[in-house]
Amino acid sequence: MSISRQDVQRMARLARLSLTDAELAQLQGQLGAIVEYMEQLRTVDTEDVAPDVAGLELTLAGRPDEVHAGLTTAQALGGAPDCTADSFCVPAFVDES
Amino acid sequence: MKDALTGLSAVDVASRVAGGTLSAVQVVEHALAQANRTAPLGAFLSLRDAEAVEQARSIDARRAAGKPLGRLAGVPIAIKDAICTRGAPTTAGSKILTQSGTLQSAWRPPYDATVIARLGAADAVVIGKTNMDEFAMGSSNENSAFGCAKNPWDPARTPGGSSGGSAVAVALGAASLALGSDTGGSIRQPAALTGVVGVKPSYGRVSRFGLVAFASSLDQIGPFARSVRDAARLLGVIAGHDPRDSTSSQSAVGDYEAACDAPVRGLRIGIPKQYFGDGLDSAIRDRVQAGLTSLERAGCVLVDIELPTTDYGVATYYILATAEASSNLARFDGVRFGARATTGGGLDAMYAETRAAGFGPEVKRRILLGTYVLSAGYYDAYYDKARRVRRLIRDDFTAAFEKVDLIASPTSPTPAFALGERVDDPLAMYLADVYTLPASLAGLAALSLPVGLTEATARFPALPAGLQLLAPAYEECRLFSAAAAVERDFPYLPPPAAAPFTATGAV
Repeated sequence: MSISRQDVQRMARLARLSLTDAELAQLQGQLGAIVEYMEQLRTVDTEDVAPDVAGLELTLAGRPDEVHAGLTTAQALGGAPDCTADSFCVPAFVDES
Repeated sequence: MKDALTGLSAVDVASRVAGGTLSAVQVVEHALAQANRTAPLGAFLSLRDAEAVEQARSIDARRAAGKPLGRLAGVPIAIKDAICTRGAPTTAGSKILTQSGTLQSAWRPPYDATVIARLGAADAVVIGKTNMDEFAMGSSNENSAFGCAKNPWDPARTPGGSSGGSAVAVALGAASLALGSDTGGSIRQPAALTGVVGVKPSYGRVSRFGLVAFASSLDQIGPFARSVRDAARLLGVIAGHDPRDSTSSQSAVGDYEAACDAPVRGLRIGIPKQYFGDGLDSAIRDRVQAGLTSLERAGCVLVDIELPTTDYGVATYYILATAEASSNLARFDGVRFGARATTGGGLDAMYAETRAAGFGPEVKRRILLGTYVLSAGYYDAYYDKARRVRRLIRDDFTAAFEKVDLIASPTSPTPAFALGERVDDPLAMYLADVYTLPASLAGLAALSLPVGLTEATARFPALPAGLQLLAPAYEECRLFSAAAAVERDFPYLPPPAAAPFTATGAV
């Protein structure tokens, strides 16, 4: 099963990734070859096999629900490309008209 | 004195610094000088010159005041740039974690990874951050956004990846130790290609808190060293449960250094037929055979075993790892850190343009692949299928470990390949990981150690070869015992690019 140009466009939209036409063409071929290679798993009988999650049986450790000191607001905002004194800024996404 | 300093083991440095016969400042300045001298090999993305010397000075002052020092007192260590270091540049090899595409504008995390805190408590000195494939996606270092690290045995060749810079720093003596991360072989393969020891701890053995996530069900932080004992010391320092990583194991941390001296007579070593097939370069096969002979001479018993699902490792891994990556990398959206593309458009356009400008080609490829295998209509055929095959791969190992104590194999099917050779063929690059991926999928403990240089052939000059040892999860002690036995026949060899240099321990 090969990957169509529309498939790549759909994935790019889902992944919030804008692609040039040249990238689209190249990725279509490369992803097609990789997915074709992955097709070999279809030959494995997994009828009675339960999906694995982490490779081994993990006992997740809990911890007491206690408040610890975290980052300050200034620290959290320190690496942001755009912010005010207490919040991250993004382009407008609510249409006020 | 300079050469002798570079050649000292980490264990020796720590005991001399603690004993007052060597100054931490001297050791750290020497490592920094070696790092600067070998800068053309691209091992480091950033150095912490001033901070490292300052920390070394305080270590020397504490010793002079009669205070006790940690297990890695004064030991210079290099850190893969995927691990958060408070206030110091952290890029994960990507432009998206910089403001303007330059290392000078790199993100500076407001906190330390747990492993960094533990190294600090042990008085190790972080001297810099090392080069890597972008977001740890790659097997050659060529996916670094800042130019790749080069193999110190032949600068026209790859040092391996993704933790290539860490391997090169240790091979060159620009650091006594290094940390890398291994998702599908990213510590073991560069260790093999550069001739050093690399350890991928069992899943959950080391806290992932503060590691920039690639594939969360596979990622593990682990040591690079020039000797098995040095690697054991480092793992002992960083291993153990961390309340901030609920997947970190609560099982007891072993005495890995004692394990280096434990007898190996009678240890049963499984040799999986599937790891010695057609794709294995003959020069590597010869070196691995020499490593197996060392194990036999030390009294181990070699047992032929079968791991029939081995061939499915690559497909299974590249479905699961890309699926997890596509989710983990959603956080790089131009809002909280790094770069933001300025567009006239709205929020969605900002996301899409920021990610287009910030991510390199391999990262885009994997995000799209991961999105594909998770998307409606394909989830069952790819993602769910791969999770089931993952269980079969794990079951294979479980069955094998009922018959043997350890498994031995080549780490990489070939010696270091030429830079540029595989960049246009992602699938060929993925196949470089064929021997390391299955153990990652099964969460096992794994180690690669050098077994000498290959014979030069028409395809490859004489280059380092690695022997991979695998143990059941949390049985790292077995790895160190067997590796120490092999190491007696194959001590660390300094690469030509490291000169002036002397071998480990020579003073």
